Amino acid sequence: MEIPSDRTDLAKVDVSGVRRAVNIDLLDGQPLRPGDWVLIHVGFALSKIDEDEARAALEFLEGIGQAYEDELAALRDSGPEPGTELGTEG
Amino acid sequence: MRFVDEYRDADKARALSAAIAGLCEPGRTYTFMEVCGGHTHTIYKHGLEDHLPEPITLVHGPGCPVCVIPMGRVDDAIHIAERPGVIMTSFGDMTRVPGGRGSFLDAAARGADIRMVYSPLDALKIARRNPDRQVVFMAIGFETTTPSTAVTVLRAAAEGLRNFSVMCNHVMIIPAITAILDSPGLRLDGFVGPGHVSTVIGCRPYGFVARDYGKPLVVAGFEPLDILQAIHMLMLQIAEGRSEVENQYARVVPWEGNPRALRAVDEVMEPRPRFEWRGLGLIPRSALRIREKYAAYDAERRFDVPGGRVADPKACQCGEVLKGALKPWECKVFGTACTPETPIGTCMVSSEGACAAYYNFGRFSRRRVRDASREASR
Repeated sequence: MEIPSDRTDLAKVDVSGVRRAVNIDLLDGQPLRPGDWVLIHVGFALSKIDEDEARAALEFLEGIGQAYEDELAALRDSGPEPGTELGTEG
Repeated sequence: MRFVDEYRDADKARALSAAIAGLCEPGRTYTFMEVCGGHTHTIYKHGLEDHLPEPITLVHGPGCPVCVIPMGRVDDAIHIAERPGVIMTSFGDMTRVPGGRGSFLDAAARGADIRMVYSPLDALKIARRNPDRQVVFMAIGFETTTPSTAVTVLRAAAEGLRNFSVMCNHVMIIPAITAILDSPGLRLDGFVGPGHVSTVIGCRPYGFVARDYGKPLVVAGFEPLDILQAIHMLMLQIAEGRSEVENQYARVVPWEGNPRALRAVDEVMEPRPRFEWRGLGLIPRSALRIREKYAAYDAERRFDVPGGRVADPKACQCGEVLKGALKPWECKVFGTACTPETPIGTCMVSSEGACAAYYNFGRFSRRRVRDASREASR
């Protein structure tokens, strides 16, 4: 996860190689640093999670197979490479 | 991958199963409901029921967001989508949910402009790019999803967007659990509480389940061992004569939830007097609508909607499945007329639906599976 310097409500995340911007408005009182892991739901970070938990969840999702592939495809199709539209989008 | 191994460890699963079996009183049965569709998915993917002692039965609750959308609401959304100049957006699962006049996909085939989005913010993006069109987001989901819609409305308001609105179908888990607890003839011994919903609402709102109904509830994660451990925690409470709310998923779920998310929802939305749930009927104060203050972003105010109730198809027994009264394979059309490719009922649409989970993992009957494995071992 990276945090663009010009926006306080967005973070660039990498989900199994798919990169996009997610909204971090809902993470009150949980400061984020590059490299942190977050629980993402429909384009929003819901809570910060520790790395072990994140890796476990990722492994689980990858184990789901097609349903997770479909989810990643939706994520991929849902927006251009984050960063290109950070000034106006999100 | 140390953590994963820990949560999948077969020895630990066997040890937990043995510990659970050790807590079973002779001659007694135990029925627990997993409220969340994500749990249903894990249970069937990993065949967890086969690892539980015979006296324990798991029933599936109404926690799959698309499964509880009644046909009348789908028809209302299609009514909006078919108005000239409208772009209707929603999550992928929603596009296949059948209404009385077919699904979003059928409406798209008739010419409506319906687009799948990954996030409500993507619907906002479509609105910015199409200033001459009205863009509507059909919002569905429990408390995990509601804050995202609320923040999206706040953002649309901050930007003064005039061509974006939300058809709000957000539902709340607590009234659903209450309706299940109050439904006659249903005997449950406890609940495996939802994980991701609880990241938002926390654990406190479940207090009444333990206090007023005397049923233990354990908030659980989504790994197989999470669920086994939650069942063990439920069994321990019963053995010790306790009924409390416990948090098995503390590594992700804060006891107090996410106050900022709750504030955003409260700013934008308020409870509806009542809302129809598929299979459960009208439940008071069980869903949210957009507050007057944000009326400009409420699709139901911007467009007239018929608001009619549509009876479920006679053959479909999703209602009984959602209440835990019927196992999916006991439904008359399960796996024959109703499959994930051609769903009649909502429980077959989403991978979180109980019927789809059973169908996709080929688990039709626990007893049949057991009998078959006993036969094979002879």
